[in-house]
Amino acid sequence: MRHPLLEVRSLTTHFFTEDGIVRAVEDVSFEIYPGEILCLVGESGCGKSVTGLSILKLIPIPPGQIVRGEILFNGRDLLKLSEKEMEGVRGNEISMIFQEPMTSLNPVFTIGDQIMEAIQLHQKLNKRDARKKAIEMLDRVKIPSPEKRIDSYPHQLSGGMRQRAMIAMALSCQPKLLIADEPTTALDVTIQAEVLRLLREIQREMEMSVMLITHDLGVVSEVGDRVAVMYAGRIVEYGPIEDIFHEMRHPYTRGLLESIPQLEVKKTRLNAIPGQVPNPLNLPEGCKFHPRCPLRIEDCRREEPPLFEVKEGHYSRCLRWKECR
Amino acid sequence: MNERGMTSQIKFFWKYFKRNRLAVGGLTIILIIFIVAGTAPFLAPYDPGKTDVSLKLKPPSLKHYLGTDQLGRDVFSRMLYGARISLSVGFVAVGISIFIGILVGAIAGYYGRWVDSLLMRLVDIMFCFPTFFLILTVVALLGPSIFNIMVIIGLTSWMGTARFVRAEFLSLKERDFVQAARALGLNDRRIIFRHILPNALAPVFVTATLDVATAILVEAGLSFLGFGVQPPAPSWGNILTEGRTYIFDAWWLTVFPGLAILLTVLSFNLVGEGLRDSLDPRLRGRR
Amino acid sequence: MARFLFRRLLQLLFTLIGISILSWIIITQAPGSPIALTMDPKVSPKIIEQMEKNYDLDKPIYQQYFLWLKKLFTGKLYSFKDGRPVLEKIAERIWNTLLLNLVATLIIFSLAIPLGVFSARRPYSFLDNLGTFGAYLGLSIPGFWLAYLVILATVKLFGYPVLGLRSFVIEGLSTPEIVLDRIWHLLLPASIMAIHGIAGLSRYTRSSMLEVVRQDYIRTAKSKGLSEEVVYYKHALRNALLPIITLFGFLIPGLIGGSIIMESVFAWPGIGRLAYQAVLARDYPVVMTILTISAVLTLIGNFIADLLYGVADPRIRYQ
Repeated sequence: MRHPLLEVRSLTTHFFTEDGIVRAVEDVSFEIYPGEILCLVGESGCGKSVTGLSILKLIPIPPGQIVRGEILFNGRDLLKLSEKEMEGVRGNEISMIFQEPMTSLNPVFTIGDQIMEAIQLHQKLNKRDARKKAIEMLDRVKIPSPEKRIDSYPHQLSGGMRQRAMIAMALSCQPKLLIADEPTTALDVTIQAEVLRLLREIQREMEMSVMLITHDLGVVSEVGDRVAVMYAGRIVEYGPIEDIFHEMRHPYTRGLLESIPQLEVKKTRLNAIPGQVPNPLNLPEGCKFHPRCPLRIEDCRREEPPLFEVKEGHYSRCLRWKECR
Repeated sequence: MNERGMTSQIKFFWKYFKRNRLAVGGLTIILIIFIVAGTAPFLAPYDPGKTDVSLKLKPPSLKHYLGTDQLGRDVFSRMLYGARISLSVGFVAVGISIFIGILVGAIAGYYGRWVDSLLMRLVDIMFCFPTFFLILTVVALLGPSIFNIMVIIGLTSWMGTARFVRAEFLSLKERDFVQAARALGLNDRRIIFRHILPNALAPVFVTATLDVATAILVEAGLSFLGFGVQPPAPSWGNILTEGRTYIFDAWWLTVFPGLAILLTVLSFNLVGEGLRDSLDPRLRGRR
Repeated sequence: MARFLFRRLLQLLFTLIGISILSWIIITQAPGSPIALTMDPKVSPKIIEQMEKNYDLDKPIYQQYFLWLKKLFTGKLYSFKDGRPVLEKIAERIWNTLLLNLVATLIIFSLAIPLGVFSARRPYSFLDNLGTFGAYLGLSIPGFWLAYLVILATVKLFGYPVLGLRSFVIEGLSTPEIVLDRIWHLLLPASIMAIHGIAGLSRYTRSSMLEVVRQDYIRTAKSKGLSEEVVYYKHALRNALLPIITLFGFLIPGLIGGSIIMESVFAWPGIGRLAYQAVLARDYPVVMTILTISAVLTLIGNFIADLLYGVADPRIRYQ
């Protein structure tokens, strides 16, 4: 059995707002193995981004707070590290890229400056070597004429190019884990595919692990190894990609899959999940999905179901997982 | 906007406003000054204009709470009446400036194109003049009466409001409800005043409150230079100015009117900032 | 950048013309203007003659404007009071005013920006709230009143007021003492003039910082492992300071208004005091020239601020 690179245990992150406590992430556990891509999937507001930010301890405190849990990275609990030690992890061992390439780069520094900053900080290179390395990274993410582009400001690049520069920046210190928060959502469809392919390619070359946060099951099916489906701050189904796509055991996963428009299957209309995402300040009792669930029974109202093991490595948080296909 | 929506908006606003203790303190002080100004004839122990040279320059005592001035007039009574003048100058001047500002801003923002360019250049030009010096010059030309002072302050301080209102109009006129009103064939005046303006008023309230503070300071500054509300009418500015001749013998003539101006201006500034915080949705819920 | 520059220059020209027309209207067309005085039998014929010479009252109205403009810039306007050229009177005093305003501006920027940055670091903490209250106090205090209290205090402390460019009696003082005396006479009014600016600018800096630290690129900078100090003082500050550059021009009108009062209180021989004396003496050529020059100075200040902004912000520099 391989050892996981990252083990998240019972992670619980709350936001203490003046309107009440937002339980953004509740008792979330998963692991990421070396060299794999784990996809965290769910609708917006389900807590997937907060999970990603919690791993790097980047949630704004206050109002946010990681209430409990463990985040073991190579056996070290990141939650027990000091801020100084955490700075040594960020951008060095674990990197992150974000959704909006338009706003995620600092407009007053060149992309070269921004890439070199991380290299100089973590690898203690001098300015000349750091620049060389930055050009190398830009080349690696397939930015044309990198020795010229390195002196560009973010606004001089297209969205796709900016996201490539973000990736170059995140990968410049050869991290073992990359957290990619909706990296392609803001891009054009054709560019989405290119950036995704690039990510997959580099991930294989560098034998890096990736935690890919997305709402797009199309993206998941293209690059994912394993999938964790989140709903209202909880993981509701978790398993290898083939199982999730072909033998899903949770009505929410099924609803998500059915709502993707599929070309090969002729359908007269898209099956959207009925009802709405629950208000995070006022979650329903019992199973958080029961108000929208076609399979709900009386017991679903009463208490939150645990994660049932469907088979080795595949779990579902549904009382009726056996009947859900 | 229906009446229920309005009430709930006010409730919502109050919920955030009351959390800002400085602003609530400021509002309390403003209310007190208002009451004092309104009931000055009942509160004042003496006639503010009654002179008695035998009582001149007496320090504060139980008989004269804030002492007497060079003509033996009761400073406390004069200060109470002075509140009326300061508040009137502040509110009337700002009323004029808000009226012009809304008109110019609404026309510029609603019609756009060359009308907008022309009016905004006018705003730029007005902004270049040092307002206080301009006011002083024009007051000197026209003669310092309370009416002239109010009008001139109003005529020279509308530019900020105009800019705000224009910006609001530029974004609001693209919204669905305005497009719908246009499609229905409503005339421009109705669209501007009934449909857009009520939605653009929040920042106007904020600038108006802050401008009252500025107007009171400007009047005090004019009084100091001898071009404010003219004696014997008691304004805080001219009580202070008359008192400065006796600054070494009668400190109370300088200190108390100054404190009154400071406290009033401070209160309006605090309330203005409190309004800004609670009306700006981006700032909400951050404390 | 070239297009940006061209548009700004065009606007500058347009505004300049607007300023001169407005100034001219105030002096010649407004009710109560000196032109109206020429009808007044109480005004001495000497002054009326002066006015006709200054404003070319015998010419058609549009020519009056252009002739006035020409005279304004060639120094052919003469003071009503002593008949001297207005520009000459201004020239001999303007350096004192520029010095006072320069020192006030330096005080404003060097105190307000660190204060604002510091306040924004821990928003709504005790020190930030104290700063907020202090800033409102600074915005609300009548400058001349504070100046009087300060003069009162210096008299009580030293036995003589701090007025003018230097102490009245300097015999028997050594050179360093004379220099210190000059600095002291400069710093006192400059500091009081700076109070409004410090209060306003520190608030502006604070809210600019608070706005910037919420941006996505700040999170990106943190995710690289940069320390909080580097994120705050490098990534956030650079962005927050950009809009502050444009405020440089806006400070000028406030400072000129302040000069009038402060120079009068501290008997500082600058154009602010000259302006006030001219207002008192109804010496309109002097008043209007100073008013027009102030507006033009403000305009130029704004233009320079815009240029600096264009240079500092790469989004405009490389357009």
